[in-house]
Amino acid sequence: MNDLACSPNQETFVINLGPQHPATHGVLRVKLTMDGEYIVHAEPVLGYIHRMHEKMGENRTWAQFMPNTGRLDYLGALSYNHGYALVVERAAGIEVPERAEYIRVITVELNRIASHLLWYGAFVLDLGGFTPLLYAFDDREHILDLLESVTGSRLTFCYFRFGGVYNDIDDNFITGTRAFIKRLRSRLPDYHNLVTKNVILINRLKDVGMISAEMCRRYGATGPVLRGSGVCYDVRKNEPYSVYPELNFDIPVYGECDSMARYMVRMDEIEQSLRIIEQGLDKLPEGPVMAEKAPKIIKPPVGDYYAAVEAARGTFGIRVVSDGTNTPYRLKLRSPTFSNLSLYGEACQGMLLADALALMGSLDLVIPEIDR
Amino acid sequence: MLCDALKNDFLALAPLAMVDTDYRAKGYHLDINLASSQVVQAATIMAGRGYTLEAVTGVDWLSSAAPKPAKKPAVAEGEEVPAEPPVAAVEEQMEVVYDYIHTGKELCRVVVRCRIPRANPELPTISEVFAGANWHERETHDFFGIRFLGHPDLSPLLLPEDADFHPLLKDFKV
Repeated sequence: MNDLACSPNQETFVINLGPQHPATHGVLRVKLTMDGEYIVHAEPVLGYIHRMHEKMGENRTWAQFMPNTGRLDYLGALSYNHGYALVVERAAGIEVPERAEYIRVITVELNRIASHLLWYGAFVLDLGGFTPLLYAFDDREHILDLLESVTGSRLTFCYFRFGGVYNDIDDNFITGTRAFIKRLRSRLPDYHNLVTKNVILINRLKDVGMISAEMCRRYGATGPVLRGSGVCYDVRKNEPYSVYPELNFDIPVYGECDSMARYMVRMDEIEQSLRIIEQGLDKLPEGPVMAEKAPKIIKPPVGDYYAAVEAARGTFGIRVVSDGTNTPYRLKLRSPTFSNLSLYGEACQGMLLADALALMGSLDLVIPEIDR
Repeated sequence: MLCDALKNDFLALAPLAMVDTDYRAKGYHLDINLASSQVVQAATIMAGRGYTLEAVTGVDWLSSAAPKPAKKPAVAEGEEVPAEPPVAAVEEQMEVVYDYIHTGKELCRVVVRCRIPRANPELPTISEVFAGANWHERETHDFFGIRFLGHPDLSPLLLPEDADFHPLLKDFKV
């Protein structure tokens, strides 16, 4: 980008971004070595909200850890519920009734849209546009109301159980969700007219913040970051779980590798999630929402097990090691933004600080999920 | 296909154990057990096949807590290549686990693991091969005190900067 910026003879200075900075959306600190407006070196400093969830997991029963999963990525908590439920069901050999699988997919996709809407608002806010945030929160509110009616919570969901979900959905939820799909479909063109086609946004994002597919591979980046670099990888398609194989949806991929590509991936994903929810409601079978034979006390056989899901920000992987008792022996949480953020230092070298903030926004960071 | 190609690659390393696992039961396809000195070669093989590193982590096997040999006949339905798994838990050990995934069309999830003595937990870093391993290894050092030799900076990542404890050790009490 700028040859001068990285020349060792230039005089540089260090500035501190965060840990309390509006653009970092949480307690993330970045130590920046600057050459004027250009970044020579950037080093994210983590751990300000580290809670050691993995140790907590070793000190409580399998079921008691479920609420913790909702407190990792608080914007997409249901995906984390899902990942944990999947791995324990795999370990303990629990079958999930089909209706529960559909309800899981419907609620997870609603949650994904809510997460993307919040990201959309906050991201444009970072770039100096205030109004879109209000539009996004208006729509997100509908999702939170819907999810609250079935899960009982609005943010840190703990809705899934080993063998199903805790509460069946009712007609109000179904009609409400159908109404919401219709509403959001009519609002999305406004989103695009208001923001996507805005020349200021385009100039801020186009060809800025390049992340190549090769860089993603070296750092293990997943999710919209990887798909914005032209790689069609989505756990829902590549490693299908739940009832995703029975639903028709596309994986949006953009090959431009810039911040705009990552923006477009998420905007298109909102539409795809609407498609998934619509089909899920159409196909929703009757039946129980909990496996009848699901044991009250879980004691998975000795061994280690892995499961991955596509969370709103990328691959959430969870590895559990069981020693055959009612508490996990080891529980590893592989969070997507941890890997996505790890490439930040390399990606923003030589960039203008303002562009680096746009790049950071396009990574869609949720700090509690990085720090765990 | 991809799995077979990888198995061929790994034969050259003479792994301690290489097992085809039942994906539906375990969540991964190939389980490879190596000596700690081979993890860099393993990473190079994986990188050469276009794999990405999903995570690095540890497991503390305090001898009292360790269950019987990690994998009994259980699901070892694939051909076991050379020797028996090296799991005789005589000395206290720690395990380092690498999760690899290919982001292409084919699904073959690979787990590479190795055991190191708990008293002297050291092994080479793979951060030269996978840049993303840098943070994962730092985190593993935070939690377990496992030293990754040649790592550029093992200062605490998630723990406080003056942390002198490793919370995921089984004998660490809150």
